Amino acid sequence: MIESIFKFFTTEPYWTLTRSILYLVGICIFVAANAAYLVWVERKGAGRFQRRPGPTESGPWGLLQPPADGIKLLAKQLMAPPGSDKILFWAAPLMVIAPPLVCLAAIPFGNNVLARDLNIGLLMVFSFGSINVMALMLGGWASRNKYAIISAARVVSQNVAYEIPMLLVVITIIMVTGTMNLQEIIVQQAGGFWNWNILRGIWDFSGGGWGHIGGNLLAPVTFLIFYICMLAETNRAPFDMAEAESELVAGAFTEYGGMGFGVFFMAEYANIVVGCALATILFLGGWQSGLGSGFGTLLTSWGVIGTVIGVGFFFAKMYFLIFSVVWIRWTFPRTQFYGLLNLSWKILIPISLFTLLLTSVLLKLPRLF
Amino acid sequence: MNLVTETFSGFLSLITGLRITIKQFFSPTITTHYPHQTLPIAKKFRGHIELKWNEETGKPNCTACNICAKACPSDCIVLDGIKPAGEKGKTVTSYKLDYTLCSLCSLCVEACPFDAIQHSNRYNLASVPNQWANMDLVQRYKDQVTRVGKTPYDPYAPAPAAAPAAEPAAPAPAPTAQP
Repeated sequence: MIESIFKFFTTEPYWTLTRSILYLVGICIFVAANAAYLVWVERKGAGRFQRRPGPTESGPWGLLQPPADGIKLLAKQLMAPPGSDKILFWAAPLMVIAPPLVCLAAIPFGNNVLARDLNIGLLMVFSFGSINVMALMLGGWASRNKYAIISAARVVSQNVAYEIPMLLVVITIIMVTGTMNLQEIIVQQAGGFWNWNILRGIWDFSGGGWGHIGGNLLAPVTFLIFYICMLAETNRAPFDMAEAESELVAGAFTEYGGMGFGVFFMAEYANIVVGCALATILFLGGWQSGLGSGFGTLLTSWGVIGTVIGVGFFFAKMYFLIFSVVWIRWTFPRTQFYGLLNLSWKILIPISLFTLLLTSVLLKLPRLF
Repeated sequence: MNLVTETFSGFLSLITGLRITIKQFFSPTITTHYPHQTLPIAKKFRGHIELKWNEETGKPNCTACNICAKACPSDCIVLDGIKPAGEKGKTVTSYKLDYTLCSLCSLCVEACPFDAIQHSNRYNLASVPNQWANMDLVQRYKDQVTRVGKTPYDPYAPAPAAAPAAEPAAPAPAPTAQP
């Protein structure tokens, strides 16, 4: 009986459906677990950076803190302020959590751990990622609270300012790789870590050694710009103007309580996961081990075990980036708003435009001779 | 050019900041996990007052002279004493301290001519308001003496006929332990 049901769902006409559902459930669990336990990582990290132990009382090493927080938030009454636009008010948290869930469908975690192998995966991730801004603006607007609206306006100007250099940087990557398929971008970075896009631009070992320039001479700078923009886009410190919990009440989320605020909170961490996964894919070789074309490639192409090792490498890089996000939050004070916009418009955009120009020139130069 | 050097030096200063915080991250924490661990309280700590006692006989130094009660600006001390049979001076029998009124000014300790009261080391006294309204310091002295293994002095006991049955000198230095 059970065997026949199992067979029914795992043979072809229904296997596609089963697979999609499994990925859907898997991604939801992944996002929820990450959102919950990244809060724990954040609090533990904050503690350690200030030489405190962080949460210790609930469970071993405070590991039961996230469930406790979740229960507390779930137990609270959901209230919309009188006179607010109820539909938009409750649509905003849903709109802010949905895009990272969708984006994760296109992100390849391993050499065949991937929900949908899209040709335009990169484009999809960025187009869905930009919904976040609108959701925050709606949340602030629908709250019928002047502080929320002002903060929402700040969020919009911030995210618009940082989307430009981010996309310019991504265009450089697309020009070098020649594809928007995320899996293919990773496959191109096979071999040693010097083949990763963060270094490949400087000299291309796989291509033709020293003389053959990979395209972008400023690739590490490009990575840095991408990383800064990722921080700003996910509204993380030192660019956390959206919430700014110590200056504004809670920025655009002032009127949200209980799980309404909890969803915004989860979405912030889900966005960090997506951003760091994207940085891993675009610059750090995704699931490639980076240990050279012999041993390293063998390691990640060795059947199921190779896939698991590849996923391990992916997560190691991704969680290192996430750790660095926490590290930065507890190191730098929040920037002032004009400083934030000056950084984007006066420094990041000119540099990223320059790298774009440089890359296109370097890609075209060999063809001229 | 100014912008370029400024950007570059600013970036370097950010790296310096990151280096400092990661050093803190890997150094051990210095937190005392309070309810599970406590730090030793300094001897100079001014807790509520308590009766000092002669460590050899277990007898309080207090002679119920009421100078401390008169010195107290908050009127939080009420004490009483009797003259035990066969003794020269008076001895305290009840010493009530209303700790909710006490401002820990230490005037009673300074006023005491017999060096009979001192500040205790108790600090974790958070409770419902009236629990400390009437502290019985004589009872506290008895508990402390019992804890170090001696019989507390009883002023109501009949006068000893011969030499007092002094206990063998206990080796314990009798710390003023926390109750």
